[in-house]
Amino acid sequence: MREIYLDHASTTYLDPRVAGAMRPYFENEYGNPSSLHRKGRRAKEAVENARQTIAKILNCLPEEIIFTGSGSEAINLALLGTARAYKEHGKHIIASKIEHHAVLNALKALKKEGFEVTYLDVDKNGLINPEDVEKAISQDTILISIMYANNEIGTIEPVAETGAIIKKYRDSEKTPFFFIDACQAAGALELNVQKLGVDLLAVNGSKIYGPKGVGCLYVRKGIRPMPLVYGGGQENNLRSGTENVPGIVGLAKALEIAEREREAESTRLAELRDYFIGRILKKIPKTVLNGHPAKRLPNNVNITFLDIEGESALLYLDEKGIYISTGSACTSNSLEPSHVITALGRPYEYAHGSLRFTLGRKTTKEDLDYVLKHLPKVVEKLRRISAVRLENRK
Amino acid sequence: MLNKNKKPAKNADVVNKNTGEKWYYSDIVKDHFFKPRNLMLKEPKKTQYDAVGIVGSPACGDQMKMWLKIDKKTERVKKLKWRTFGCASAIASTSAFSEMVTENNGMTIEEALKIKPQRIMERLGGLPNRKIHCSVLADKAFRKAVSDYFRKTGQYRRVLTDGSKVIDSKLNITERDIEEAVLEGATNLNAVQKKLKVGIGSPEVIAEVEQLIRFYAEKYYG
Repeated sequence: MREIYLDHASTTYLDPRVAGAMRPYFENEYGNPSSLHRKGRRAKEAVENARQTIAKILNCLPEEIIFTGSGSEAINLALLGTARAYKEHGKHIIASKIEHHAVLNALKALKKEGFEVTYLDVDKNGLINPEDVEKAISQDTILISIMYANNEIGTIEPVAETGAIIKKYRDSEKTPFFFIDACQAAGALELNVQKLGVDLLAVNGSKIYGPKGVGCLYVRKGIRPMPLVYGGGQENNLRSGTENVPGIVGLAKALEIAEREREAESTRLAELRDYFIGRILKKIPKTVLNGHPAKRLPNNVNITFLDIEGESALLYLDEKGIYISTGSACTSNSLEPSHVITALGRPYEYAHGSLRFTLGRKTTKEDLDYVLKHLPKVVEKLRRISAVRLENRK
Repeated sequence: MLNKNKKPAKNADVVNKNTGEKWYYSDIVKDHFFKPRNLMLKEPKKTQYDAVGIVGSPACGDQMKMWLKIDKKTERVKKLKWRTFGCASAIASTSAFSEMVTENNGMTIEEALKIKPQRIMERLGGLPNRKIHCSVLADKAFRKAVSDYFRKTGQYRRVLTDGSKVIDSKLNITERDIEEAVLEGATNLNAVQKKLKVGIGSPEVIAEVEQLIRFYAEKYYG
């Protein structure tokens, strides 16, 4: 069966060039970077080279990069680690309502530790207003978390603008710190931390054609989060545990390729994206685009199909070899519909009928045409099954 | 026969990206999901069916509408048609339920009311744990439709009240019925009486009915 994978925001395949770079570190160069002998030193060198590669892309110092076991871990280190270390300076945190669960659930945990969180609304396209950040900042604010680009609807947040505002409010201890989750943005947007004006930034391997189980956190020099993992003191005492050398090498290689191909690939993807969105909205009645029409990731298409339920659509498309995801409650852990779609001010039923298609490096126009051939039939069939006839309240 | 096969399926189709938990859908579930039985495809004429029931709401992620054709003498369910805004489990379990009720000349209303969700699950070869709640929608819609049948045939005593407080005991109209009438847009006594005839034969309950209408109108339309 023909398989069309349009779920690259969930995860990507491993680029063969990345796999090639990683391979020696599984079987031959398996040394522990902490060992003093040559085998250890060679592994150490590989880790440090990877650190330099990433530092160059982020325009920061190599020692400002901390390798972690995932994007979620990098996010948790940024939030839990910084909040715990700086709680004497204040106990207030600001975050957008549409952050990834790694952020939202870490903040929930911090709330139990006595921190207070202000959640910022977004507009109907998913954009935060930097002025809202300014209004929410108080003497007590130590941390502000805004995602660079949203994983569900692809909306790109005004991060640099927000960073410039936050700078004005820095006290002598340099709080509040500005954290951005760039896991979805890597490969699509510029990651220059100086230009963005951020203090902490998280990236991972599994969304950029790199390996799973590895991520990294940029921590601006002078900021000392408390570690989440204690042990041998690796990663500048911030993340103990023997380094995942092949993973780290792979992450750097993946980011390097993503950065080199970023502009050309983004242009190609944005064209495909707009073609796909245009065709769906035109061909299928009662469809609504979720997220910003222009300020959106080049590979993200998120559309609500009124009167149908996302999980059913996902499984009907699965039967045709088309792999996508949905914001419907029935596929979520909590049985709650997507917090992102509902934050746009849309009724719950819009979230239940939302489908996300995320394109990737191998996606072609032919792939999208194949989907465009089957999707209208699936939607039509499910609408015939559906007990609901909603009005489009857009 | 498909329905004798009670073995749990081996193929995992959906893996939750947040928890990694596997959702197993049996081949029988898939068969019903992709080829739902007894679907109401075209909007029927009013006289074609004897009763109709709607439960759930799209905001909650599921809604079910069910139509019944009942043999008045034997009370056998001759036809059961449905439509749903729901997930794979809701579609498959309603499809299976519709077969169970109508096959072999049709169950009587009383027999059909005794079908436990467990029996639908058995027929489907099981459902993932977190999806069991999706399978009760069919039963709920059926009970609503049966109550509608009892009302339309004047058998008010037999209307199913399902634990909700009975307001009009002559017509067996419950607090829940009034809440639903308000939800459907009837926000004053006249409109509610058009739907339910509540209090028409028992004027003494009207004050309470009006109070309930105000309460629910405030709650939902505030």
